[in-house]
Formats: sequence, structure tokens, C-alpha cells
Amino acid sequence: MPRTRTKIITALAVLGLTTGCGAADMTKQASPFANAQGARTVTLSVQSWVGAQANVAVAQYLLQHKLGYRVDTVQVDEIPAWDALSQGRVDAILEDWGHPDQEKRYVEDKKTIARAGGLGVTGHIGWYVPSYLVRQHPDITDWKNLDKYANLFRTAESGGKGQLMDGSPSYVTNDKALVENLKLDYQVIFAGSEAAQITQIRQFAKEHKPFLTYWYAPQWLFKKVPMTEVRLPPYKEGCDADPAKVACAYPHTPLQKYLNADFDRSGGKAARFLKKFHWTTEDQNQVALMIADQKLTPEQAAKKWVDGHASTWKSWLS
Amino acid sequence: MATLTATPDRVGLPGLLRHRAVGKLALLAVAAAVLVPLADAHWASGSWPQALTVDLSKPLTGVSDWIIDNRDSHPLFLYFFGYISNAVVLSVRAVYLVLLAAGWAGVTAAAGLLAWRVAGVRLALGTAAALLACGLLGMWVPTMQTLALMVVAVLVSVVLGVLLGLAAGLSDRTFRALRPVLDTMQVLPAFAYLLPVVLVFGIGVPAAVLATVVYAAPPMARLTALGLRGADHEVLEAVESLGTTARQRLFTARLPLARRELLLGLNQTIMMALSMAVIASVIGAGGLGDRVYQALASVDVGAALAAGLPIVLLAVVLDRVTGAAGEGLRPGGRAGWAYAAAATVAVAVAARLAGGLDWPGSWTVQIAEPVNRAVDWMTAHLYSGVPYVGGTADWAGHFTTWILDPLRAGLQWLPWWSVLLVVAALAWLIGTWRTALTAVLAMAATGVLGVWKPSLDTLSQVLAAVAVTLVLGVATGIAAARSDRFERLLRPVLDVFQTMPQFVYLIPVVALFGVGRAPAAVAAVVYALPAVVRITTQGLRQVDPAALESARSLGASSVQQLRQVQLPLARPALLLAVNQGVVLVLAVVIIGGLVGGGALGYDVVFGLAQGDLATGLVAGAAIVCLGLMLDRVTQPTERRAQKGA
Repeated sequence: MPRTRTKIITALAVLGLTTGCGAADMTKQASPFANAQGARTVTLSVQSWVGAQANVAVAQYLLQHKLGYRVDTVQVDEIPAWDALSQGRVDAILEDWGHPDQEKRYVEDKKTIARAGGLGVTGHIGWYVPSYLVRQHPDITDWKNLDKYANLFRTAESGGKGQLMDGSPSYVTNDKALVENLKLDYQVIFAGSEAAQITQIRQFAKEHKPFLTYWYAPQWLFKKVPMTEVRLPPYKEGCDADPAKVACAYPHTPLQKYLNADFDRSGGKAARFLKKFHWTTEDQNQVALMIADQKLTPEQAAKKWVDGHASTWKSWLS
Repeated sequence: MATLTATPDRVGLPGLLRHRAVGKLALLAVAAAVLVPLADAHWASGSWPQALTVDLSKPLTGVSDWIIDNRDSHPLFLYFFGYISNAVVLSVRAVYLVLLAAGWAGVTAAAGLLAWRVAGVRLALGTAAALLACGLLGMWVPTMQTLALMVVAVLVSVVLGVLLGLAAGLSDRTFRALRPVLDTMQVLPAFAYLLPVVLVFGIGVPAAVLATVVYAAPPMARLTALGLRGADHEVLEAVESLGTTARQRLFTARLPLARRELLLGLNQTIMMALSMAVIASVIGAGGLGDRVYQALASVDVGAALAAGLPIVLLAVVLDRVTGAAGEGLRPGGRAGWAYAAAATVAVAVAARLAGGLDWPGSWTVQIAEPVNRAVDWMTAHLYSGVPYVGGTADWAGHFTTWILDPLRAGLQWLPWWSVLLVVAALAWLIGTWRTALTAVLAMAATGVLGVWKPSLDTLSQVLAAVAVTLVLGVATGIAAARSDRFERLLRPVLDVFQTMPQFVYLIPVVALFGVGRAPAAVAAVVYALPAVVRITTQGLRQVDPAALESARSLGASSVQQLRQVQLPLARPALLLAVNQGVVLVLAVVIIGGLVGGGALGYDVVFGLAQGDLATGLVAGAAIVCLGLMLDRVTQPTERRAQKGA
């Protein structure tokens, strides 16, 4: 039980502090806000994109209302989240896009993180242009023709070149290398955060302006701004091994869940539930759209989905 | 820095000073004439020479990996950092549990009564109302989490600050050593503090608390030292003649005499800690900051505001209460405190018996939706195609192409040694040879770290934003100084903008100005304006009325009075405004990395997000250097002589 764990740690720490000896392992510390007033608490990591918020919203709703847990959420970027997970500051990551280095370090070598199966959603990263632009220039969806249209994508920030808009620096991206290795007349501009990127895309779309952006599926924004993927040289196993020499498209990644190893062993019902959590791209999009576009609170959105999909989530609880 | 170089001419410095300025410049020119050809022959001009850079990414990555691999086994972590981390977790948890146990009614009563004891009835009502508003916004639990974190961070900052301040206040040598360090720490952007603590403690509450302490302790230390040193010597001698020991003198005379400074330090520490509360959410602080941060991910300005408002309310209340406490304690003595404590306990117990510990879910007001609708309307109607003036997106485009681009290209085109020369000249003209040397070394350090170009990019954004801030800020300040009513109207607006977490207005700024350097500059202007307006207004108002009266009697028009009497006499205040403007703008331009500002800010965000601490730390160090350089270049010598903040 996490609660007993906290108690033991507390006792040990008090002992240690008062006697001035003994070891204090800070990789075994829970959040100070966890398990307050005797409630059983699960801490979930929310990544900054809305799809991840949708996973967490539904998991949180079910944990709170069906299993009687208290749920804390913390927003952490992808790689720091692995670190936080290994230290037990969060108990679970529900959507991981593939981090081989971290998997090796924490799952295989240190064994502080345990795999918890797939989320059921397959992710794909790519370059996208708005569909209204494709109707005007049907051949724009091949990367070989991108240079021809570079002047369409020019902005104040990209100077004389076309602008390829990237999002948050925390996301997996090879775009700088791609632009260089494919010898494209483009400049990668980082929006700096997904929020900024989405805001900019919507402004462009409202005016039917051309834009080329790094984007990924599943993503609720496709429902609001239809976009078409630009074909890059096809992905082959290992073609992205050397980050500096990448010249191929991004792979299709089945998204994974991970749990803190201690939580995996002693997390009881909550851990079992999170391991069984498995839904489809449509489900996730439905919830994400409610959060980000209809501006429902994550809790309201989760309730709406839960009310309509009893058959899906009942099996997670058994 | 155009404004700066122009000031001396307009004001007309006394002959002696001008001579000194010419002398300094001549000396610098001679030094340049000797050194530049040498440097040029050796390393060539243009961008910072490759030969003079040190690549730190390898060793830093090594350190970061070593820490992660050894964090659970190495004695340094087990027996030192582990305890610090544990102590933070335990104390935050203890405070949090107490706050939860008191329930919303108990906390509100306690805060209200505390405010009543130290600051009077009006502020007590305000405090209670502010806390209830936090609950009404549906943010009770996050507010308590932030409060728990703040209480611990502020307490540690104050203890640390007072200890350092005592050391510096009682020993001249410590004072000389600490003063520049503390002065400098106060001008550094909060963002730069995040990485080193994350490196050691990982993401989470301990890192957040420690970053906050590092950020918030310096003002306390600084003001404690200044307060102790500023004590009236005659009083001290009188006390000494009574045959007191050094310790008695400290506690009965020196510390009580320094009370104003101590409370001012407490006030500043609380303010800085609160402003850090949101920024620290990037490294897992939780609480209100995290809500703001999460809301931004779904581009939900309304929700971000709902979480941002409690921070503003807390800040305004704490500012007023600690400010009022500085004026003097209310009468009533111990009995008053006892009543207050008893009332708090009574309310808490009553609430507990009534089963109302948690904020009732039905008592919340959803402000998110109307706010979002307003923001949508604004962006829909202002973004582009506004007749005659053009939309905000067009402005941003023009600002980027006509101002930011040429400025950046110009700075990056300049040979590296000439940038250093300009820095040296500016810093020396306004300060001493020491400040000039610090500034030059700081600037050179960005080159040595291998981030010369991004640093100049950031610098160009800072310069452009500062120019805009000063034009707007000084104009508004003049207006406020001339009309009492305008100033009264302005005051709450300034309060809100000064305490509103910068994250909250990053998104509307993107919606209005697109992605890029322009929105970062705009956000910086919005953030820095209040301070500039305030300092300008104060400076103008403090101008000697006699001087104004005599000008008026000579028949000077009001414009003439302003130009020839008020502005020149308010020169120190204006210079301080420039300095503050630069420091604040830099802080936000860095955060602008989150909205496409690029350059150093982006590197820090990248370092935090990717766990690539090498990139982040190098960028962080460069930001520190840039901050140091900008402060020295704009810091008038008078400030050193001045007492207090």
C-alpha cells in the first residue's frame, strides 16, 4: 500500500533527521500532496497535449467514482515524466510515444518502471497541410513538390524561406534534420508549446491561409481544421537511427502505458485498473474534442464519455 | 539603449562629468585601438570565434547521467540531498494537512483574524473575501497546495535571508562579498534558476520549493543587511554606553531599528515566491501554477484565468497586509492575539462538526466560459483586416520585419569585439570601471559558452521590447503624475498586471499576434509596463514643488515645465525605470520561448522538456550573463549609494 509506504518513509525520515544518521533515498519519495487525510491517492502524469489529458480525465473519473481513490494530476513533459515515474512522484504514464533510451535505462537496467501494456491508440507524426490548400494545389502532398510552393509558406519569422511550424520542444521531432537532408527551402520555426501552435493553426485556418506544420494523429484538431499529410520518403525500420541523418517519414507507434514498479506491485485495484485501461482512437478523440473545443472541464467530458460507454469501461474494473 | 545615450545630452550634464565621460571614452578608444587589431588578426572578425568557445555539453550530459544513475545509491544523495528533499516534502505535507484539517472556514477565519491583528479591519475583510473568492472560482484545493508550498518556501527564504543578512550586516567583509551577489541574483530571470535544481532533485515539489527559495531569499538578505547597517549610530552608542553585550545590542536595538527594512524584505520575498509559484509548475510544483499550465495546454484562457486570479488575489492581499504591518502594530496586545486564536479554533471546530471541511462543490462560479467568449471575440475581430490601422497580426508582422529582424541582423553582423566595446562604453559611462568590466566579461561569457548568436537574438528582442515599454510607460507615467484621478484608476490595473502570472497572457498574445518573436516581445511589454509606469509617476511626483513653482512663476508652459524641470529632476527615477524595465523584459522574453520566441528561452524550454540538461544549463548560464550585462549597462551609479530597494 502506498500509504504504509509513506508512513514508513515518514518514520524513517524523522528518525534519520533526529538522529543524524541513516540514508534518505530521495528516489523513493511520493508527492507531499498524496494520500492526505487517509485517502488512497493515485498520482497521474498528464502530458501537455489534449489526447493525454483525455486518457487521464477518464482514468481519473473512474478511479474516483467507481474505485474510491483520490487522484492528483501533475503536468510534466515526456522525458522528465519518466524520471518522475521512476522516483514514484507520479504513479503512471498513460500515453508514451516511444523513448527507447528511457525504456532501457528505467525498465531494463534499473527496473524502477514497469510496462503496463498498450493504450489501444496508434500514434503517427507527420507534416501536414490544410485540406483547402490541397484542393487548390493537389500535388502539394508530395515532399518533392514542397520547394515549388515554398513562397506560399513564407512568414515574417521564416524570412525568405518557407515556414515549417513545429510545436513544443518536448515532442519527438526530426524536422530540422529532415529539412536539411531533403534539401528543402524551408525554415523550422518552433511554436514553443502546443497551445501556441494550435492557436496559430486556427488563426491560419480561419483566413484560409496556407501553412505547413508538424502534427500528429490522433488529434482532435483534425475535426476542426481538416489537414492532409505530406508524403515524406517512406519509413523503414532503422532509417531514423542516426538523428542527424534522418531522411524518412515518422513511424506509426502503438502508444504504451507505464507504471512505477512499486505501484505496479502494491497499487492494488488502481494498478490493475490502469493496466487494463484500453480504448480506441475514436474514444480518445471524442473526449479530447469535448475538452479542447467545447471547453468542457476534463471531469465533465469524462463523465459524458463514461455515461455513454459503460460496456467499454466495465471490463477495466473487473 | 538609444534612450540612455540620449539622456545626458538632453539633460546637460555639468562640465566636470562631461569631461570625465569624454576621458573614459578616449581611454576606451585607445585600448580598443591596441587590442582590436590584435584580436582581429588572431581570431578574425564577424561572429564569436570558434577558437574561443568551450563546449560544455559533453561534461554536462555526463554529470546529468551520473546523477540519474547514482541518485539512489551514492552517499552524497543518500545522506545530504536526500534529507533536504525529505525535509521539504515533510514540511510541505505537514502544512498542507494542517490547512486541510482547518477546512475552508478555519483557514479563512485564521487569515482574516491574522490580517486584522497586523493590518486592521479593512484588510481583514479583504483577506477573507479574497480567500472565499479562491473557493468560489473552484480552486480551493489547488490554492491550499500552493499556500502550503509558499509557506514553507517563504519561511525557509526568510530564515536563510535573515542569517545571510545578519552576517552581512555585522561584518563589513561579508557585506562587500555578498552585496554584488545578492544584487545580481535579484535581477536574474526566474527561468534560469529551474535547471540546476532539477538536475539534482528531479522534477517535483522539492525542486520547486528550492528553486523558489533561491529566487526569493536574496531580497530578504539584502534588506536585512541594509537595515542593520542603516541603524542610527547615536542610538547604538547610547545603548553601548549602557554596558550591553553584543547580543543584547543586536536584539534590543539593531533588529528593532531595522524593522521597516525587515518587513519590506518579507514583503518582497513573498512577492517573488508567489511569482515563482507559477513558473515552478514547469518543474512539477503542482497547485495553482499547475492548473494554469494545464489550462494553457488546451488553449483555455478562461480556465487559466480562473487559476491565475487566486494567485493575483493572494499576492495583492499579502502585499497590502505585510505593507500595513510595516506601518506599526495595532494596539490590543496579547489579549487580541488570544481572542483571534480562540476564534479561529472555534470556527474550525464548528466547520468540522458541520461536516464542511471541503469547499462545497455547488458554490463555484464558472468564469471560464464568458472569458473564453470574450477572448474569441477579441481575436476574431482584431486579428486582421481592421480598417485603416490593420489587424494585430499585421502589426506583429511589421514589428518583426521592420524592427526585430534588422535589429537582430545588425547585432549579429557586428564584429564580436565591437559588441564588447559598445557594452564597455555604455557600462563605463553610467557606472565605474568595475561595472564595465563585469558587463564585458558577462557578454564575452555568452560567446565562450558557444551561444553568441542566440544570445544576440535574445538581446535584440529585449532591446526592441524595452524601447516600446519605455515609450508607453513613460508617457503613461507622465499622464498619471499629472492627474490624480487617472492614477487612482490606473492603480488596480497595474496591481493586477504586475502579479498576474505571465503564463496567463501568453495565449491571448499568441491569438492576437501569431507565433514568433513578436508575441514574446508583447508579453514582455505588458509585464514590464506597470513597474515602469509606477517608477516614472513616483519620480515625477517627488520633484521638488518649489522648483516647479518657480518655473511656473517664470511663465513656463506646462510642456516646458515637464521638459525642462520635471523630467531632468526625475532623472534618477527614469534611469531606475530603464533598469527595471530591462530586467523585467528579459525575464519574459525568456519565457517567450514557449510561444516561438526562439533563442535562449527556447533552449531552456527544450532542456527542461527533453531532459537535455546540457543545452538547458548552457542557455541558462547565458541568460544569467545577459541579465548581468544588461543590469550593469543600465544601472546608474546612484543606485549603489542609495539605501533600500
